[in-house]
Amino acid sequence: MSEPVNPNTPQNDADASARTEKISIKVNDLSLYYGDKKALDSISMEIPARQATAFIGPSGCGKSTLLRCFNRMNDLIDNVHTTGSIELEGTNIHDQRVDAAQLRRRVGMVFQRPNPFPKSIYENVAYGMRIQESVHKSEMDERVEWALRSAALWDEVKDRLKDSALGLSGGQQQRLVIARAVAIRPSVLLLDEPASALDPISTLKIEELIEQLKDEYTIVIVTHNMQQAARVSDHTAFLYLGELVEFDKTDDIFKNPQQKRTEDYITGRYG
Amino acid sequence: MLTNTDNKSKNSLSSWWSSGEPWIWLNAAAVGISITAVVGLLLLIAIKGFAHFWPADVTQISYTQLTAQGPVSQEVYGEIVEQDSLPLQQYLESGGDSAVLTANQEQITRWLIKTGNRRINPPDFRWVVENQIQNRSTPDGLTVIERLEWGNAYGRLVRLTRSSGETIEGAGVWDALQEDFERAEGVRSQIEELEQGVLNTLNYELESLRLDKRRAELDNRPDRIPEIDAEVANIRAEYAVEEARLRELYRALEGDSLTLATATNEELVVPLSDILRSWQPNNMSTLGKLGHYSTSVWRFLTDDPREANTEGGIFPAIFGTVLMVLLMSLLVTPFGVIAALYLREYAKQGPMVRLIRIAVNNLAGVPSIVYGVFGLGFFVYFLGGNLDQLFFAESLPAPTFGTPGLVWASLTLALLTVPVVIVSTEEGLTRIPRSLREGSLALGATKAETLFRVVLPMASPSILTGVILAVARAAGEVAPLMLVGVVKLAPTLPLDGNFPYLHLERKFMHLGFHIYDVGFQSPNVEAARPLVYATALLLVIIIIVLNLTAITLRGRLERRYRGVES
Repeated sequence: MSEPVNPNTPQNDADASARTEKISIKVNDLSLYYGDKKALDSISMEIPARQATAFIGPSGCGKSTLLRCFNRMNDLIDNVHTTGSIELEGTNIHDQRVDAAQLRRRVGMVFQRPNPFPKSIYENVAYGMRIQESVHKSEMDERVEWALRSAALWDEVKDRLKDSALGLSGGQQQRLVIARAVAIRPSVLLLDEPASALDPISTLKIEELIEQLKDEYTIVIVTHNMQQAARVSDHTAFLYLGELVEFDKTDDIFKNPQQKRTEDYITGRYG
Repeated sequence: MLTNTDNKSKNSLSSWWSSGEPWIWLNAAAVGISITAVVGLLLLIAIKGFAHFWPADVTQISYTQLTAQGPVSQEVYGEIVEQDSLPLQQYLESGGDSAVLTANQEQITRWLIKTGNRRINPPDFRWVVENQIQNRSTPDGLTVIERLEWGNAYGRLVRLTRSSGETIEGAGVWDALQEDFERAEGVRSQIEELEQGVLNTLNYELESLRLDKRRAELDNRPDRIPEIDAEVANIRAEYAVEEARLRELYRALEGDSLTLATATNEELVVPLSDILRSWQPNNMSTLGKLGHYSTSVWRFLTDDPREANTEGGIFPAIFGTVLMVLLMSLLVTPFGVIAALYLREYAKQGPMVRLIRIAVNNLAGVPSIVYGVFGLGFFVYFLGGNLDQLFFAESLPAPTFGTPGLVWASLTLALLTVPVVIVSTEEGLTRIPRSLREGSLALGATKAETLFRVVLPMASPSILTGVILAVARAAGEVAPLMLVGVVKLAPTLPLDGNFPYLHLERKFMHLGFHIYDVGFQSPNVEAARPLVYATALLLVIIIIVLNLTAITLRGRLERRYRGVES
């Protein structure tokens, strides 16, 4: 079942960085199949805690699929099965005892297109808390404010918390969705191309936000935009056709790629 | 040259054809015809129905009628209800009198006259051919009396006899009548209050005590019986007191009577207690007539029916229709939504689910009377019969739920309409974007939490669309209802002041059935016809109102969720 460790994976470098940093997510020989089609091929990596890790790669390379493995969103798709393991802070997330809903409370996710619920701004942020925690009104108010401040949205919406979230602009909606994810105090935030549907100014705001958030949360961001990866991430993984080609410190990946394919992609020769 | 233009015109015809313009014209014509038909229909029933309440002048008509003994001259008072003309040929073939015809006449005009006074000179509706009429006038002082029984009476006021022996004749009769009538009306409303209120409640209590006693017997608890008996005695005593009051009131109405003279100078005596209203249309101003008209319409809407439903109002039918439809909606909504949720969200999509979906869609095409038969067999006899055995054994052999009633009618119609709710709910569920479900799941919500907090609220406009369609269908159904709960005349409303207030087991009246009953089962078709139109219009209005309410609600929900689906 288990396949040989991909020789392309820069095990040594990843290990070296792991020695100095706490590991949040440890992926071990992970393969994923849609039916018979292999979408992820024997991926092993260690994502450090409280840092931003970017996944880059051409469309269809499996970076979103990998991201969605971390909170088991792929469970929702029929016909998907995985081999290998993913450990979140030492627990195998595919363990029988791990409840997917509980896991997702620890691993928040923000999607490509902003998807606020058709409820008020306040209710959007409170949603996650209402589901499983019994939070008092006053505490709820505090948590909502805190989450909105964390997402740098508070000042823009504090006077219209009761208004529909659908009235916000795209960038504001995306920050609202981040606030919604932050409100349940996860340890990991997965961002799936969070700025791809936004204008440059909104994108800038999201990037600034990621800078702030990575002090508190482990951030994994999928992006098409290499400059963005270079700007916001500490580590970068390059995926190609379901394989993890290279995973290293962002500076090293961009300035000194070890693999030819990484270099080609970064310099824009394909992708 | 000639062929050239010919070609051109051919070309222009074919290009006109291919431009699609004829198609647009065809569409517009189809829409136009449909709209005209609907508006025309509504106008027809509105005019025919609500013209009935206008106080028409009372005409005095003398005419000759051809009988086996030769021509007889007739003299009547009456309202002209309808006028039509028929070809001479048809008139002669049906045995018409040729002696009255003028030369070269090709059309015969005839009038339908409502002459009332049903008991003394029937029939109360007559067709009179215009040529037979010798004299026609609308003299002042002709009075119409609406009676509790036997329909209207038409005549001249002769005298008013009071129980004290006093009689009033001549010019003062009308004013005295109004005075006495007001008093009688007061007494009548007291009687009604007493009968509908205290006496009704006492009766209800007596009946439930009787059942309590029976239950105590069945349960082998003879110790409880004396207690119940004591209470029965108490209530009986109370009842006797109230009954005495009621007799007193009835006595107050006795003795007064009004004497009318018909056109042929026969005297017609009407007890004052039988008079519902009286008016003198020939003396009324337009404003007065308008006042009379609105009271008539109001009474039609709020009164109970009388005279085998051909007179009086239709309030119980309006009430029954609305209540039944509301109950049906309450039953069908959760049922349909839950079924759709399972089909769309939980069941594994495959041939089985497809088969079920086809079956559900086909259920909507089953003739409604089949549902009626099913409702009678399953709900009424099986479910109701078993409920009676289990919970209402004390009233057996008289059935409580084992007989057609409101709840069974609502359930049957809920079953009839559940496919539309399922289909539109499913449609709504498929339209909820995947991203929103994922957003909720990613926040740690379970699938059920996502359904209840995000998906269902967003699907609510579609659910309401289903309910709107269900209401539209259910409110117009009559056939199945005849089997499972609707009756010609229900003695009590299904909602009243006696605990438990809503009596689901009671039979009820329904506008649709009322139309059928009045129009086709009534002993007096001519009298009933305007009521058929009026009732039909009312049924349409009620359906529109119910639908508009649901549509407004849906609009509000749609506004709330607008912009999400794009």
